[in-house]
Amino acid sequence: MNFVTVIDYGIVNLGNIVRGLERVGARVCASADPDKVFQADRLVLPGVGAFAAGMAELSSRSLDRAVTEAVQTGTPLLGICLGMQMLLDHSEENGSHRGLGILAGGVKAIPREGVDGSRRRKVPHIGWNALQYPPHRSHWQDSCLAGIQHGEFCYFVHSYMAVPENPAHILAQCNYEGLAVNAAIGRDNVTGLQFHPERSGPEGLKILEQFVRN
Amino acid sequence: MRNVRLIARLDVKAPNLVKGIQFEGLRKLGDPNDFALRYYQDGIDEIYYEDIVASLYERNSLLDIIEKTTRDIFVPVTIGGGLRSVDDVAAVLRAGADKVAINTAAIKNSNIISDIALRFGSQCMVLSIQAKRQGETWEAYFDNGREHSGIDAVQWAEQGQALGAGEILLTSVDREGTGKGFDLELLKAVSDRVDIPIIASGGMGCAQDLGDAVTAGGADAVAMAHVLHYGICSLSELREACQSQGIPVRHGLHVDNECAA
Repeated sequence: MNFVTVIDYGIVNLGNIVRGLERVGARVCASADPDKVFQADRLVLPGVGAFAAGMAELSSRSLDRAVTEAVQTGTPLLGICLGMQMLLDHSEENGSHRGLGILAGGVKAIPREGVDGSRRRKVPHIGWNALQYPPHRSHWQDSCLAGIQHGEFCYFVHSYMAVPENPAHILAQCNYEGLAVNAAIGRDNVTGLQFHPERSGPEGLKILEQFVRN
Repeated sequence: MRNVRLIARLDVKAPNLVKGIQFEGLRKLGDPNDFALRYYQDGIDEIYYEDIVASLYERNSLLDIIEKTTRDIFVPVTIGGGLRSVDDVAAVLRAGADKVAINTAAIKNSNIISDIALRFGSQCMVLSIQAKRQGETWEAYFDNGREHSGIDAVQWAEQGQALGAGEILLTSVDREGTGKGFDLELLKAVSDRVDIPIIASGGMGCAQDLGDAVTAGGADAVAMAHVLHYGICSLSELREACQSQGIPVRHGLHVDNECAA
């Protein structure tokens, strides 16, 4: 049986990621207990809303340390949306805020100006967009995107984007009106997804299944 | 590249899916969960439920339907109709909704837009505007197009964006349920003035209407009800029609490898 602990730090709609993981056969428990998080077989860090608020909720429950230490011992961690962005060192969302620092890099606002300077890019980026290989990659076999075809569509909703320092930590990108947005990042036992696999139909569930089985 | 979202709009008078013409003359169509599940299996991009009676009778009957629906459906679900407070919003999000659409409550007290955006994020706060043409302009209506607010719909959209709305669901009261096409001038007037995504609603009768909403109206998404409920168009037909008009949609065949840095 594949046990997954979803980190509960006060998000109201935790139910959807729990239902998604259960659908692909995981035994899921949502927990706000740092000990349980540290001891978990697998961790999912979900998230919607503002970066600073998310970090404050994590640290008020001592979950920031628990997640970081669990990752150091090799626990597989999947961060989703804000949960992905919080993996990085810092964010410029409404000021400057410190993240978990699990992956080197930062979180920046999606620029509204188009490549040609004249177009207005809509923010937030809401909708389905195709996953693509970043320049240095030609497959996803070593990640939880294994089994996903290049060009598969997933559901995004975000105004900020994760920018890892090391380009090798970029697993997948999407093209949002000419801008390369990092759709999936990661290294070793850590994966971050900007899109919502639990809201991306059967293909999204396939990504969760891969995470649960690996 | 911005892929246009195809949204199924399900008006619910619990426990039934209903459909009306200009919000009047309702017909029962069946169990909303059955329809939602079929649309999910056919590849719908999002589901939008509107509880069409809650705002009149001060009750909320959608929670059971949301809970049942989100057990089997793994695309975004938006809920509207009768949500009056941040607590109401928390209840539907807890039941499984991803976003809420707010109309009447925002007209009565626009602070609810920023309250919801701050608490749950802008991405979850959809401002629902029911616009009715008054000569050259449009007025925002509420209570399912029955009550008029005296507010200019285009200005209301701009104010909603400033207060933190993440999207606008723009319904033409005049076209709702008629199948005569979207009010393109209304769409254009609003899309020229706001930067957040706009969902066109009210009037879709055929695939061409969808293309017009995007190309002439500047819509980012299209909400459809009777064309789907009555089987006038299938989702695969709509996607093909979009592609032949050069409108990018999910599952399009145009994976483009040029990611600009």
